[in-house]
Amino acid sequence: MSPKERILAIVTLTPDKVMSGGAPTFVAASREERERIATYLSRILSAQVHDLENGVYILVRH
Amino acid sequence: MEFWAAVVTGVVLGTLARLAMLRTDYRQYPSYPHGFASHLALGVVAAFTGAVVVPALVEKELTAATFLLLVAQQFREVRDLERKTLERMEETELVRRGAGYIEDIAKVFEARNYLTIFAALVASTLTYLLWRPAAAAGVALVAPLAGVAGAVAVIAVGRRGLDRLPLGAICRVRLGRLCFRDTLLFVDDIQIEEIGLVEARRDYERHGIGIVLEPKDDNARATLANLGQRQAIAHDAAAILGVRKDRDTPEYTPIVRLDLDTGRAALAIIPIEPDPGPLLQAVSRVPVIEGARSRPLSTRAGRRAAD
Repeated sequence: MSPKERILAIVTLTPDKVMSGGAPTFVAASREERERIATYLSRILSAQVHDLENGVYILVRH
Repeated sequence: MEFWAAVVTGVVLGTLARLAMLRTDYRQYPSYPHGFASHLALGVVAAFTGAVVVPALVEKELTAATFLLLVAQQFREVRDLERKTLERMEETELVRRGAGYIEDIAKVFEARNYLTIFAALVASTLTYLLWRPAAAAGVALVAPLAGVAGAVAVIAVGRRGLDRLPLGAICRVRLGRLCFRDTLLFVDDIQIEEIGLVEARRDYERHGIGIVLEPKDDNARATLANLGQRQAIAHDAAAILGVRKDRDTPEYTPIVRLDLDTGRAALAIIPIEPDPGPLLQAVSRVPVIEGARSRPLSTRAGRRAAD
C-alpha cells in the first residue's frame, strides 16, 4: 500500500537531525545553499518544500 | 400530415431547448467548438427520440416505438462517457476539478438530455393532438404554436428546478488578509499550509489573495466541509482568474482549508489577474456541487445539534 503523500528528498543543515531510511538526504553547508538545493530539487521532482524548523527541509509529493 | 407537423415541431423545439441550455453554462464546459458540436448533436438525437415516440405509438407503429425506447436506453450511458472524458482531462489541468465536480457535470449533462427529450415529447404530443381540431376550425397553426408553448413551459420549469445554487447564496464571501506566521500561511486566522521556500513565501506576500467563505447556516457548513466542493472552488478560481503556477511548482496550487471551530473556509491563491473583485465574484458563483449539498438541518438530530 503506497501512501498518497511521500517524502521524496531531504535537505538538511545538520545531518544528525535525520536518520534517513528511504529518502535521499542532501547536507547543505549554509541556509542559502539549502534554499538553492531545495529549489532545484522541488522543480525537478515537482515536489513541495516544507520547513520543519529544526534545520531540515523535506520535499513531499502531495 | 399531423405526424410530420408533430415531429418537426418536436425536433426543432427540442434542439432549441438544448441550445439554450448549452449557452448558459458557467463551468467552462463543454469545450468549444467540438465539444459544443458533440453535445448539440446528441441533443438533436434526443429531440428526435422525444418527438417521434407519441405519434408513432398513436399511429400504432409499434416497431418504431420499440426502437425509440431502445434509443432512449442508450442515454443512460451518456453520464459514464462524460465522466470518463473529464477524468482523462484531469491530467491536463493545472488545478484539478476533483471527482465531485466531475460527477456533478456528468449528472447535469444527463439531466439536460432527458429534459430535451421531454421538451420534444411535449411539443410533438401537443401538436399532434391539436392538429385535427385546429385544422377543422381553420387555424391549423395553433397546433404547433401550442407545441411551442408546451416546450417553453417545460424548459422554464426544468431550468428553474435544475438550476444550481451559487455558493454566494449559502455563504458570505469576502476578502481575507493573507499573512505568514513563521512558515505557516494564514488567511485571517485560518491556517492554510506550510510553505518552506523563502521565494514562495515572498510571492504569496506580494501577489497572493485570500478569500474567506462564511457559511450562513449548518447546511452551508456541511456543504463547505465537503472536499469535492472545496476542490471545485479552487478549480474555478484558477480556471477563471488564472493561477501563477506551473506543473513543477505545487506550492502555488490554490487550496481551500477549513477553520474547524467556526466552519469557515479560506482560499489562498496567486491569481494572474491581480484585481480581487473578479476573484470574489468568481468564487461567489461557484455552483454548489450536488453531491456536496448536505441538509443536516432536515434531520431531527441535525436540528437538535444546530446552534
